[in-house]
Amino acid sequence: MSVARFWRKQQNRYNLIGTHCTTCGRYFYPPRAFCPDCRREGKIVEFQAKGTGKVVTYTIIRSSSGNFKLLTPYVLAIIELDEGSRLTTHLICEIDQVYIGMPVKRVFRKLGEEGSSGAIFYGTKFVPA
Amino acid sequence: MREVAVIGVGCTKFGEKWETSFRNLFVQAGALALEDANISGEQIDEIFVGNMSAGRFVEQEHIGALIADYAGLATDNIPATRVEAACASGGLSFKQAYTAVASGMSDIVVAAGVEKMTDVGTEVTTDVLAAAADREWEGIAGVTFPGLYAMIATDYMNRFGLTREQLAQVAVKNHENGVMNPNAQFRKAITLDTVINSTLVADPLRLFDCSPVTDGAAAVILAPLDRAREFTDTPIKVLGVGQASSTLALHDRKDICTLDATVAAGNRAFQMAKVERKDIGFVEVHDCFTIAEICAIEDLGFCKKGEAGRLTEEGQTAIGGKIPINPSGGLKACGHPVGATGIKQVYETVKQLRGDAKGRQIDTEIGMTHNVGGTGATVVCHIFGRA
Repeated sequence: MSVARFWRKQQNRYNLIGTHCTTCGRYFYPPRAFCPDCRREGKIVEFQAKGTGKVVTYTIIRSSSGNFKLLTPYVLAIIELDEGSRLTTHLICEIDQVYIGMPVKRVFRKLGEEGSSGAIFYGTKFVPA
Repeated sequence: MREVAVIGVGCTKFGEKWETSFRNLFVQAGALALEDANISGEQIDEIFVGNMSAGRFVEQEHIGALIADYAGLATDNIPATRVEAACASGGLSFKQAYTAVASGMSDIVVAAGVEKMTDVGTEVTTDVLAAAADREWEGIAGVTFPGLYAMIATDYMNRFGLTREQLAQVAVKNHENGVMNPNAQFRKAITLDTVINSTLVADPLRLFDCSPVTDGAAAVILAPLDRAREFTDTPIKVLGVGQASSTLALHDRKDICTLDATVAAGNRAFQMAKVERKDIGFVEVHDCFTIAEICAIEDLGFCKKGEAGRLTEEGQTAIGGKIPINPSGGLKACGHPVGATGIKQVYETVKQLRGDAKGRQIDTEIGMTHNVGGTGATVVCHIFGRA
């Protein structure tokens, strides 16, 4: 991912900044600039997620590519944040530790790098709470 | 809107075709379709070609022009358009061709699909396919395509008690069908043990739960129904067309186990065709992973959520069963050259309805196709019948 492309979402990824539609009350992380329920009636403001939630579903990735190749086997999960929005994350834990409904919390981690001499990207991952 | 028929079909053998280039895969399939329809190139009004990622697989964009050129149709300035919707590119290409003919804009239209996947290594292939998901919010988390469907499988098995054996039976059944398909990548029967003891890719999915990496192309020719008999004695009528979108990312679905775009696209196709589920003789569904076939059977309305595993285990989805699924061998055994798959499904359906499917023949007058892009962000369904 190019430096500009990553930088554009840096605050979101570092601090779990999502968006919130004050018309219907829905929270979006990953952020959306447009509420799919209210569309033009929606009013979008930023919010910071608390960073706690639970595992909705998961898998153990045994074969991957790029930045994730050396991490295999690793747990990939869909997390539902306490605010109600869902996201996909690398869940840092033992592969036999994860279960549906497991409480999790955010951590700041390296996400990847642009080759051996390029930018290193940081952001949010999750660990068991 | 005019009624539309398929008047010719062609398909390359699917597999790892080291000796054949991207452009020649298309040329082979196109030539077979033209020969089958008994028409010559200059009679073609328009071409649509489904292709997911030639830009990354063979570093070539501008695919419409390339295929028109190498099919010898650029000298006649025949218009050619590339259509992209990840793994649903082929199905969507067919829908665009259907619309062109139905609207009266064009008469004789080619709908094709092509993908050349083996010119890059497995790691690149994995990354290219991951681009069908949300790169910014799924890709960055370390998603692979098997991983996304594996998360559907984890949720599904937990909620509906689908067994490992029932899931494996999907692959076993599709390999049985593939044995009888001369174009299939794998023409070898397998057992439940083969699937259950294969390497884990993304738990609970194993290697034999996954469709392979494949090179291949398919092409079909469409014409107005009232002209179809100028070209063939066995035109196959397009009865229903349905396309639907859903969220790009799996995590944004209301229900992880329901591809709501499959539900919507299927319903739209059934409504247009004015036929019932019980009228359908077979379905070519998008079994990129075994769990995807289980979800497809349910989301298309052939049984309730949670019942497709049992249906599969009882043999009801095999040829000769209540609702045969993937007589071609599906993506699992026939192979999955992503942009070509949707057109191959139409090819198989036309062969079946003409009565030309030999060892895998199903006696019916109506068949259906179901083509999925990503984890269900695009779905295209078609229903066909004897004219």
